[in-house]
Amino acid sequence: MQALPAADAENPHARRATPMGWWLLAPMLIWLALFVVAPLLILVVYSFCSRDDLGRVVFDFTWTNYARVFDDTYLKILARSVGYAALTTLICVAAGFPAGWFIARRPPAVRNRLLLLVMIPFWTSFLIRTYAWIAILKSEGLLNATLLSARVIPQPLELLYTPVAVVIGLVYAYLPFMILPVYGSAEKLDNALVEAAHDLGAGPLRAFSEVIIPLTWPGIAAGVLLVFVPAIGMFAITDLMGGAKVAMIGNVIQNQVFKARNLPFAAALGVVFTLLFVASYLALQWRGRRARA
Amino acid sequence: MSDLAAKRFPRPTGLRLLDWGLGAWTALVFLFLYGPIAVLIGYSFNTSKLNVVWEAFTFRWYGELMRNEPILRTLGNSLVIAAAATVLAVVIGTTGAWLLHRFRYRGARAIQTLICVPMIMPEIVMGVSLLILFRVASLELGFASVILAHTTFCFPFVLVAVQARLQGLDPALEEAALDLGATPLRAFWLVIVPCLRPAVISGALMAFTLSMDELIISFFTVSPASRTLPLQVFGMAKVGLNPMLNALSAIFVVTTVAFVLFTEHLKRLAAR
Repeated sequence: MQALPAADAENPHARRATPMGWWLLAPMLIWLALFVVAPLLILVVYSFCSRDDLGRVVFDFTWTNYARVFDDTYLKILARSVGYAALTTLICVAAGFPAGWFIARRPPAVRNRLLLLVMIPFWTSFLIRTYAWIAILKSEGLLNATLLSARVIPQPLELLYTPVAVVIGLVYAYLPFMILPVYGSAEKLDNALVEAAHDLGAGPLRAFSEVIIPLTWPGIAAGVLLVFVPAIGMFAITDLMGGAKVAMIGNVIQNQVFKARNLPFAAALGVVFTLLFVASYLALQWRGRRARA
Repeated sequence: MSDLAAKRFPRPTGLRLLDWGLGAWTALVFLFLYGPIAVLIGYSFNTSKLNVVWEAFTFRWYGELMRNEPILRTLGNSLVIAAAATVLAVVIGTTGAWLLHRFRYRGARAIQTLICVPMIMPEIVMGVSLLILFRVASLELGFASVILAHTTFCFPFVLVAVQARLQGLDPALEEAALDLGATPLRAFWLVIVPCLRPAVISGALMAFTLSMDELIISFFTVSPASRTLPLQVFGMAKVGLNPMLNALSAIFVVTTVAFVLFTEHLKRLAAR
């Protein structure tokens, strides 16, 4: 991913790793092997296992779990999760791109202050921030009370525990994750390029689609990846804002682990989710390469 | 409105108008981001339990928070877990960054990619896969399992922060120390570590905050005894509003503001 720092290959003074160098790096490599690589491999193996009558995991090779992921009930939930996440991402781009762009175009002193204002919600626990919306949206909450006393509505609206509330919660949680990477690319962009496009007669729309979008694409792509994928699996926000009504893929995984105790099926869902993640990553990379070409 | 603006700013109006629009939009985005938090903090001082109507100012909920046994216990757990995960993350992350900077490893690119995986992997996949790993290894869930899980997603953040600082470091520093007769270990400890201190501290703060806030991965790797504060808050918030949670949220927000300001301060120190 472009937003991540490149491998530190530029240090000209780096020497070829001695056996000592490998020994010293070994703890970290072992850690990565044990807690990143091994769990993922076991996840894949588990997704092909089945359960015996006692609920124990049996190691045989079966596609049943995957067949179940793609049966109607779960396919619908999967599609819904992806749909909600896509809508969330779209709103985050629409709201976050202009903000990230605007902040990057300010003089440095103002820019740093505005950036600080994005960092604070970025680092504040999403749980706390989601909770804040409960106080606003619930039927006897702030929004309804305000609207009632202003006589805009005759009776309280049911806002909490609806799909709208879920999307508000998701957007609220992930918006800073879109603004920051967009800011990162927009800040690097040379203002002269935009002015040149303008001087050469490009209207704002054309300058936007042919200069600004391609040049800030790495930031947009990183933002999309940071919003879209986590939003698909985020069960905590759907639980808090959607009640138990709007089930998402994350809720299903959590239920399969703790209630149905069907680890192989949960593993299959996890694998499908990971593949979805890899697919969106590759799609964004591909789109980026095409935009640059 | 647009006509008026056009008269006051003759050229290039298009760009200037766009800038105004963007500014207004950004202001709305900040209103959206901060409004709910402000409401929450305000209500944490309200005597009303339903906290819709403002009744009177009180510190009562903060007092109740300090006496709430489950909150205090899970806060204790969270602090222990975050402290342990931070120490491990700093050790692994700092040495890892230094070694990857100092030596050319075969497969360095692959290693670097692998380090980034826990940072961008969906949390729920990481949670489930670690849970299954602990089952397979028959490791009883408890403090160790959460600390292992938290260290795994925290140390890459420390590593990346330190790596960014290393890129700006003069390589002659270490060579000078070695020429003057320092052993590589002494050169690392006496010359490199002090240079990296701001990056290490901000990396550590990041790791600590990430661990304190983490919900999803903890969800899969805790035992009842090692339940963390976010899990407790999640359980309480699912039931509905609770003025104690408002107070707790206010404390969280204030702590985060302090953390962000301190990290910015460190960055400015490092840039000097």
